[in-house]
Formats: sequence, structure tokens, C-alpha cells
Amino acid sequence: MTAFKNSLGLRAGLLSLVIFVAIVGIWQIATLPTAATGPAMDPEYAKLVGAAAATGTKSSMPTPADIGATIWKHLADPFYIRGSNDKGIGIQLAYSLGRVLLGFGLAALVAVPLGFLIGMSPLVYRALDPFIQILKPVSPLAWMPLALYTIKDSAISSIFVIFICSVWPMLINTAFGVGSVRKEWLNVARTLEVGPFRTAFKVILPAAAPTIMTGMRISVGIAWLVIVAAEMLVGGTGIGYFVWNEWNNLSIANIVTAILLIGLVGLLLDQGLAYLAKLVTYPE
Amino acid sequence: MEHRPLISVEGLARRFGDASQPAVFEDIWFGVDKGEFCCLIGHSGCGKTTILNVLAGLDSPSEGAVIVDNREIDGPSLDRAVIFQGHALLPWLSVMGNIAFAVSSRWPSWDRAKVQEHVRRFIDLVGLKGAENKRPAQLSGGMKQRVGIARALSIQPKMLLMDEPFSALDALTRGMLQDEVLRICADTNQTVFMITHDVDEAILLADKIVLMTNGPGAKIAEIVVNTMPRNERHRNELHKHPQYYAIRNHLVEFLVNRSRAFDQEIAGQNYDPRRVKLVKPGLAAVNPPAEVVPLRHSS
Repeated sequence: MTAFKNSLGLRAGLLSLVIFVAIVGIWQIATLPTAATGPAMDPEYAKLVGAAAATGTKSSMPTPADIGATIWKHLADPFYIRGSNDKGIGIQLAYSLGRVLLGFGLAALVAVPLGFLIGMSPLVYRALDPFIQILKPVSPLAWMPLALYTIKDSAISSIFVIFICSVWPMLINTAFGVGSVRKEWLNVARTLEVGPFRTAFKVILPAAAPTIMTGMRISVGIAWLVIVAAEMLVGGTGIGYFVWNEWNNLSIANIVTAILLIGLVGLLLDQGLAYLAKLVTYPE
Repeated sequence: MEHRPLISVEGLARRFGDASQPAVFEDIWFGVDKGEFCCLIGHSGCGKTTILNVLAGLDSPSEGAVIVDNREIDGPSLDRAVIFQGHALLPWLSVMGNIAFAVSSRWPSWDRAKVQEHVRRFIDLVGLKGAENKRPAQLSGGMKQRVGIARALSIQPKMLLMDEPFSALDALTRGMLQDEVLRICADTNQTVFMITHDVDEAILLADKIVLMTNGPGAKIAEIVVNTMPRNERHRNELHKHPQYYAIRNHLVEFLVNRSRAFDQEIAGQNYDPRRVKLVKPGLAAVNPPAEVVPLRHSS
């Protein structure tokens, strides 16, 4: 009993379980079949949502059990392909992940060297600052029409959108990390007559690495947020398209499944980068 | 040809901002001979650290120059190793890594094994055996400064520049490190220029103590020759040495009163900044001008 009282983790876990059960319980009660006593439904809408919902015998909102069954169905066979509009949820997630990693990777290739330059040179910093300040707050989706027009390929356009939204946090964090390397560390390199390249790789890069990794973590989080919206616009493949498609099918259970999986993948991406960040972090 | 010391500071001045600003220090002339341990003493703000940075090549003077080995210095050099006040270790590298960084900068052609072997020698020298793979965050303040000393010595510089290297340490650790620095410098006949504001530290370590007046417009007031021979300077016995109190009182008197009012002191006298007075207060104590009195029995 005292062990239980002392263990914060155990108690937090129990509380999480209680909250989970409460949510599922409320959900279950809210989706119980009801008699048709509600206000008369717009016949157009009734037609849309289906006969069962229209007559009121069953809510179109799935019960927790329905969701569970749907999740199980998806997880049991995540990688099937039955036509262009019917692919396994694993395939769709893989498409999205591929785009995110590609766009993010390209962004890192641009942002880290450029951020280095900005951080090292007050001149470049001041020259590029207005561009960064204006472009940074633009929603990445606003680039979509421009990308579609110039690139003329929807798949590459969505990668471009990921690129453009990933670039800013990495750029700014790299510049900040490089610019705030402790002067005494640079002086050590100077008194040892270390050349500029060796200083960059042996002193500045390791010193700024934790800040750069923080930027990457923010970027990948934003990229994963944006990919869903981008794929809803672009269509074809990906988890965003899947969600939109299931909305057109009015399969709420599939949408909820997708939401949970998007959350899970986002968590894994974040934890992966957090782990990498830990590798380059140094205690002062 | 005139004798030129290993380090010759000639007419140094530094002002921050344009020429209309008063100089922090000006017309600074002094020299440090090979194998000599020279301390610079003065109050905060008189530009001690700036002088050291100029010697290190990290800062450039507004006027004057520093000549080392008959060449004017124009930047940092591996010949002049710096021991920084705040140890300045790279926190992502181990003890071994920090020193190896210096060694491989000195001898870029050395392979890994040779670098490590060389590094180990200096880790042993400062008594850090067993801590090779520790990161700076795992070390105490004294151990960190030992790594800083080992890093500076490992590149076998012509001279060591130390900026209040022990000021952040507790008294016990400071004492131990002072002893080791004394031993190492004696063993290697190292030329050292050190900044301190600790009078006892200066008497223990220095052969020559340069006294600096308060800024702005700070200048060298005089140079105190430590007439206590090196082999008679032991930290625990220092206060028993017949010359100790005379030298100490002279330094304290300077720091407390004369450093502030030095301009009035030299008013009307011919003070030559190029040839400041060499004083030997220690000898005055052992060879008093009048009759011999028992030392300090009255005090």
C-alpha cells in the first residue's frame, strides 16, 4: 500500500485508466440507440446519414465497441490494396510518413547549413531576417496553389508544403544555436589555431546541436500536422486523403481510427527525435 | 643589442570606442623573461584581462605592441597557451577529448594512438588519472581547472597565460593547485604570465609582480621583485619566511592606498613608464638599513 502511495507513476497510470473508462462510458451512453423522439430531421440530411440514423433507432455515431472492431479490422490487415480508393491504413500512413520524412529531410539539408551561415554572420542574419519574418507566419497550405501551379504535380507539391513548413523552426533554431555558442569555447579554438572548418564541426556544431535538435523536433511536429491537411487537398493517397475519403463514405469509425493512428505516429516521431536530441545534449 | 625579454609589452594602450574615450590603460611597458613567473596585480576594471587577451592574441591594442621572440604578435598562437578563468572546457567532450582536441590541433599529423598517449602523460601530470572518460559536468571545480591546466601544458607552449585561474575555487583546492603549478613550472622551466588579485598567491608563485594602478588611464606603478627564492616558497611555511610580511605589506599597501592615488604620488617626480621602478621590499626586511631588530616580535 505504501509502495503504491509512493509511486507517482503507478498512481498516474491508474488515474489515466479511470479517465479512459469514464470517456468510453460516457461515449457508450451517448451512442445508445434511442427512440425517435428528437426534433424532426431535415429529410435531405436524413437521406445523407442513412436510414438507421434517420429513423433514430441507431445513432450514426459509432459506439466504442464499433470503433474497437474497426481498429482491429484495420490492424489485422493494414497493407492491402484493392483499387486506388481502397488501400490499407498502413499503406496510407506509409505514404504520409514518406512525404513528411522526404520534405523534412530536404528542409534539414537547406535549413541547417543556411542557419549556420545566418548564425555566424551578422550581415547575412540582418539581410535574411525580413524574409524569414514575413514568410514564417504564412500557413504552409497557402503555398499549395503556387506549388501546384509551378510544380504541376500534386505529390511533389505536398512534399514542397512539408518542406516549407519544416524549414523555419530548423532555420531559426540553428541560427540561434550557432549564434549563441559561448565565446570562451570559440576562444579556446582560436588560441589553439583551429581552422574555420574544424571549428565549425568540432566546436560550433556540437555546441549548437541540442538547439538544432529542438528545432527539428518542432519541425517534424508541424510537418505531421500539415501533411493531413495537405493530403485532404491533394487527394490520391495518404492518411489525410483517407480521412477525407471516409468522411465522404460517412464512416465515422474509420475516421476515429485514423485520428488515433495519426496521434500515435505523431507521438512516435516526436519521441524518436527526443531520443536523438538526448544523444547530442551535454550537461553544463 | 639591448637585452630583450621573451615577452616584451611596449607602449600598450586600449580604449573602447573612438579615440576621444579615455583609455582603460595606457603606456604600459614591461617584459617577462624566459622561465620567469610574472604576476600582474591590480583592481578590477584596470584592464588586466584585456592585457592578457592582447598577449593571447584574442584582443588587439589601440596603441602599442607586444613582441614575443622578436616578433610582433598579431593573433592567437599555439606558442601561447591560455588557462581561462572559467576553465572553458568543451562540455560535450570527455577529459581525454578536451585535451586531445588541443593536442591534435598542435600536431595534426599525429594518429589517434599517439595523441592519446601524449594526452595520458598530461592527465597523469595534473593528477587526474582515472578521470579520463569523465565529462566536465562530472568533475569538481578543481578538477576542471586541472584539465584546463593539462590542456594548456599539453601543447608544450613557449609560455602560459593564466587569467585568475584559481579565483573560482575554494581555499583548499586553490592551495593544492597552486602547489602543483609551482612544481610543474619548476620542472618544465615554463614562462608564465598570470593575472591575480590574491596577494598571497602572487608571493607564492611569482618571481616578479607587476603592480597596476586603477583605471581609467591605468598604468604600471612599479615592479616588485620577489626576492624569496623559489625553493624557499612553500605554502604552509610562507608566513614564517623573514621576507614574507615585508613583501606582503608592500603589496597590500599598494592595493589599498597607492593604486588609487598613484598620480598624486608621482606628481613632480620623473616617472618613466618605460622604466618603472624595480622594488625589492623583501630585502629591506632582511637587511634593514638601521640596526638589526628581531623580526616581528613586536607585532
